[in-house]
Amino acid sequence: MSTDVVLQARGLTKHYGHVVALDNCDFDLRAGEILAVIGDNGAGKSTLIKALTGAVIPDSGEITLKGEPVHFRSALDARRAGIETVYQELGVAPALDITQNLYLGREQRRKGLLGTVFRKLDKAAMRQGSARQMADLGIRVQSIRQKVDTLSGGQRQAVAVARVAAWATSVVIMDEPTAALGVRETNQVLRLIERVRENGLPVVLISHNMPNVWEVADRIHIHRLGRRIALVEPGSTTMEEAVAVMTGAKQPEALA
Amino acid sequence: MTSAPPRETEAVLLQKEDRAGPWRTALSSQTAGPLAALVLAVVIFSATTDSFLNPGNLSLIAQQSVVVGTLALGQTLVILTAGIDLSNGAIMVLASVVIGNLATDGNVFGALLAGLAVCLVLGLLNGVLVSQFSLPPFIVTLGVLSVLTAAARLYTDSQSYPINSEFLTALNGGPTFGGVTITYGVMLWIGLTAILGYALTQTAWGVRVYAVGDNPRAAALTGIKVKRVLLSVYLTAAVVYAFAAWQALGRTPTADPSGYSTANLDSITAVVIGGTSLFGGRGGVVGTLIGALIVTVLANGLTQAGIDSLYQQVATGILVVIAVAVDHFVRTRQTR
Repeated sequence: MSTDVVLQARGLTKHYGHVVALDNCDFDLRAGEILAVIGDNGAGKSTLIKALTGAVIPDSGEITLKGEPVHFRSALDARRAGIETVYQELGVAPALDITQNLYLGREQRRKGLLGTVFRKLDKAAMRQGSARQMADLGIRVQSIRQKVDTLSGGQRQAVAVARVAAWATSVVIMDEPTAALGVRETNQVLRLIERVRENGLPVVLISHNMPNVWEVADRIHIHRLGRRIALVEPGSTTMEEAVAVMTGAKQPEALA
Repeated sequence: MTSAPPRETEAVLLQKEDRAGPWRTALSSQTAGPLAALVLAVVIFSATTDSFLNPGNLSLIAQQSVVVGTLALGQTLVILTAGIDLSNGAIMVLASVVIGNLATDGNVFGALLAGLAVCLVLGLLNGVLVSQFSLPPFIVTLGVLSVLTAAARLYTDSQSYPINSEFLTALNGGPTFGGVTITYGVMLWIGLTAILGYALTQTAWGVRVYAVGDNPRAAALTGIKVKRVLLSVYLTAAVVYAFAAWQALGRTPTADPSGYSTANLDSITAVVIGGTSLFGGRGGVVGTLIGALIVTVLANGLTQAGIDSLYQQVATGILVVIAVAVDHFVRTRQTR
């Protein structure tokens, strides 16, 4: 097995009564790549993602992270292992500023008595950290002190991505991150996704937007009827072919 | 991405931040408005009446503000989580009649602790119903209000308890400077505001309270235990209500089960005039302190000016609507 596989699943199965949400599903994410996951509604994409992020416990199958077997019992387990997720709905608090959003749930306290007894936040350190993170990702805002409700939709999603990229140590998962955005803002977020990859984190991108997928993905996981039916590259497979396979109009063997 | 502005560097982002400084935090737009309104009211009443601007009257205004003002501090915490507490006045009244009853045996310290316990149990009840059962705070606290109003009268057989203990009325006393008394109750009110203000703005708990009120889904996605934060807010508010009960016994040394029947709405008025958003996530306790003072200044000043006190209610009502309108404008300004 190649050592550059970061997150891998073999034979994942999940039943909900008689409904088979995952049917012996495989998954592979390599280091340094953007892997798109596409599939029709009800194909089981979200169950796959939930299994990879600990939100759903599969009935059977194995998941390995950097070669080590993992058994996530909760979303918190996956986060502790360095897997962070950006959701479609904007996961930001608009009344808080950018720094507070980036550090939400992971606030830093001052050193010494001020921190341990008086629980005082180290605002200076958090502002420096968030300024560095925003600059690293090339996100343009006027000030990290801006409240998020003064930002555009694209900038807000950028803040959500920045938070996830700041805390993820192994994998960033993005579940339809551009579904609520306009064309220009979508482009901003796509550039940001590429930036996250350049900064060293592999990205799993779940999207219904085929042009976006073909624009940024290195490989494409096609999901159908609860399993990976094909794993293709955007350079060698056209959107039409992939959609035909995804919807069952074409057999995966027909792909080059 | 065609007409992209020059890329902001880390240094520029920080520099802009530094220019803001701590003063901007203290006088953020949400406190500046209420503060301006308070100053304006004080200036107008000072100019139009002879009796308003004297130290004794100003001290009286502060003393008249403490009970509702302290209740409003707890109310602020609840409203910041996008909740509302209609039961806070009733919790305070039940605590004060329990204290009044138990104090007749002479164990005033134990009686005060029992009052605190009453507040905590009821705060726990509100908090569990709101957080664990996800029930709307308006309905939960309306129900608790109804039950407690009756419970206080049943408990006392609709009688009042006179408070003779110096300890229980101690908050109405205090040092006198040049004929002006600064009561311990006023000091306690300001002290509680400072402590809660610190907790809200300088600790992780505070950031999480704002986040839960602003966008509970986003807060939960970042790993914040939303239910635990909500419960902590209702319990902290309950402790504040216990202080309000102690304040009330000092203001009027009688534990009366039918007193303070509009204190719940008055506390909401102070919170809203103080700039805290009823939709949660925006505002703070310093604004609430100013809001409570504004309401008292209006009542006091209009009385000094010889104007029918009914106009105080008119003025308060107008201020509430203005405050809500400003909040609506602030919240929707960027949602174009």
